[in-house]
Amino acid sequence: MLEQHSSSQATRNLLLVAPAIVVLVLLVVIPLGIMAYVSLLARGEGSGVNWSSNISGAAYLSFFVEEDFDGSLVPNYSYLLSFLRSIAQAIFTTAICILLGVPMAMWMAGLDTKWRSLMVLVVTIPFWTSLLIRNYAWLIILRQDGWAQEFVNAILPAEWKVSLLYNDFAVAVGLAYSFLPFMILPVFSTLEKFDWRLLEAAYDLGANKWRAIRNVVLPISMPGIVAGSLLVFIPSLGSFITPALLGGGKTLMIGNLIYLQFTSSRNWPFGAALSIILLGLMFVCIAVLALRQKRNAAVSGRKRAK
Amino acid sequence: MGTALTVDVRGVSKSFGHGRNAVQVLNDVSVKIAEREFFTLLGPSGCGKTTLLRLIAGFEDVDRGDIFIAGQRVNDQPPFRRNVNTVFQSYALFPHLTVQQNAAFGLRMKDLPREEIKRRANEALEMVRMSALANRRPSELSGGQQQRVALARALAPRPQVLLLDEPLSALDLKLRKEMQIELKQLQNQAGITFIFVTHDQEEALGLSDRIGVMNDGVIMQVGKPIDIYERPTHRFVANFIGDINLLEAKVSNGKALLKSGHLVECDVSAHSPSSSVSLAIRPERARIVKETDTEANFAGIVDHFAYMGTALVYQIRLLEGTKFLLRETTANGAGQFAQVGSRVGIKVAPEAIRVLRD
Repeated sequence: MLEQHSSSQATRNLLLVAPAIVVLVLLVVIPLGIMAYVSLLARGEGSGVNWSSNISGAAYLSFFVEEDFDGSLVPNYSYLLSFLRSIAQAIFTTAICILLGVPMAMWMAGLDTKWRSLMVLVVTIPFWTSLLIRNYAWLIILRQDGWAQEFVNAILPAEWKVSLLYNDFAVAVGLAYSFLPFMILPVFSTLEKFDWRLLEAAYDLGANKWRAIRNVVLPISMPGIVAGSLLVFIPSLGSFITPALLGGGKTLMIGNLIYLQFTSSRNWPFGAALSIILLGLMFVCIAVLALRQKRNAAVSGRKRAK
Repeated sequence: MGTALTVDVRGVSKSFGHGRNAVQVLNDVSVKIAEREFFTLLGPSGCGKTTLLRLIAGFEDVDRGDIFIAGQRVNDQPPFRRNVNTVFQSYALFPHLTVQQNAAFGLRMKDLPREEIKRRANEALEMVRMSALANRRPSELSGGQQQRVALARALAPRPQVLLLDEPLSALDLKLRKEMQIELKQLQNQAGITFIFVTHDQEEALGLSDRIGVMNDGVIMQVGKPIDIYERPTHRFVANFIGDINLLEAKVSNGKALLKSGHLVECDVSAHSPSSSVSLAIRPERARIVKETDTEANFAGIVDHFAYMGTALVYQIRLLEGTKFLLRETTANGAGQFAQVGSRVGIKVAPEAIRVLRD
């Protein structure tokens, strides 16, 4: 009787999640499967991939080594370097977002309810326009002989003539601008529930404003900062429009590298392999954080059970 | 109790809001609190007691007047510079820190050496018997345990004054009684001034060295619990603390003339002849006698009677219609119950009657 009940319950649960499973299989599992399969094939003559080639890890190997003129394999660091450069760029972007977004979120959380919802709206406004347009806007702001550049050069000594566009700085600005809401909103939502009496308690115990923020507000907003960092870091790592437009295509980021393999280079297996490597990298990031959170939850859960 | 002052509040006023919406919460409040005193601010919600506490802590600025702590004017000092710690009504424990780290917070903010922080935080936890749970988080504690941690956290930096904002109101009755005793012991042990805010008169009477009764932004009366209870100076104080009967009367020939025509002997020396006064009589200070008894001061009909175990409680309708509450102890045996509907005499000793201006 009980068994029958639980088995019908299981069937119903399965039916309930079926639509989600179908969507996941169609839009995630199958495309990823195709990509993983392509990454194990060889490049074709006319098209980007030879569908009838043997399965091999050659595409992955070519990430690390290249064939010399005499046929021997020598290490090739250029792809690894562009990965590292992308990671550095993504970390830099995340850091900018933390520096700008966390104080902004703290300030927003301290506002009246009425102003709060208005600020949430203002923060999300950039999403109403396309990424391309936002990047072109920065192209105009930072352009050669534009007012931003003239202003900066007027402040700096004459021998330090700088150009604001087509460098890593421009890419970081563009990426940080695009992804800043991803930092602000999670931090804001953690702090929205913040009990401001804790701040009073901190003042009462001798903490000035700065120490109260560092010792109370910041640790409590940590889950939001971690979530926001992931949300900024991951799309920054894979971005290719912003580096292409604002970076001037001078430095090769992972995103641009992958883009090139599928277009001008016509080397789909290598592009697919790069994508899988990138995916693996992101997966590791998320897994580390998820494990950490699970461990924290397990620790407090075990204590509570006592 | 020492004689030196720790907290001296002089003519403090405070309003919230602006212009037409401004609400005056404190109106020219002055009070002096001595060293090592357990001082209670007692009053109904909205009387301004918590605001006064927050002004002393420094969370709000005074509009007018001065606050001195240990002889120093602190009006312009932010809370983190005042040598005063607060136990909040909601405890406000830091959820991301362990019990031990919570207790150590104030010491850490003082930049004390690491060993001293650890030692004094542990001492404070020991004082409230929370050492065993030092590594737990506040969310893993019961209300009573959180209360203890909040106390330890506030006591660890050894403030000159500990402010307690209705700290026991969230606890159930049994726990509250236990904590009351512990609070008193803690205060003796720590040897510092406690300023305790509550709306619970029983709590105030049981714990305090002195009580300040507040209403509508002013302190009505300051005194020892026995003074507040036995010799209230205002109708409000008499009414707010314990049960009391207030009888309308007129001063007449050195006595009080009730509406029913009875002349009651009591001390009216402070009131001008034929002025209107109220006679305040505690239910337990009146006795039921036969109506014909010569000692009876006035008479009435028993409306309601209840046996409460330790006491017999009568509700008597006086001849002029006023209801009169009377409580007789059963300590000497239950004695004779006066029947509901019967006419009885009521005897009150002159010294048990407090004559208040109307």
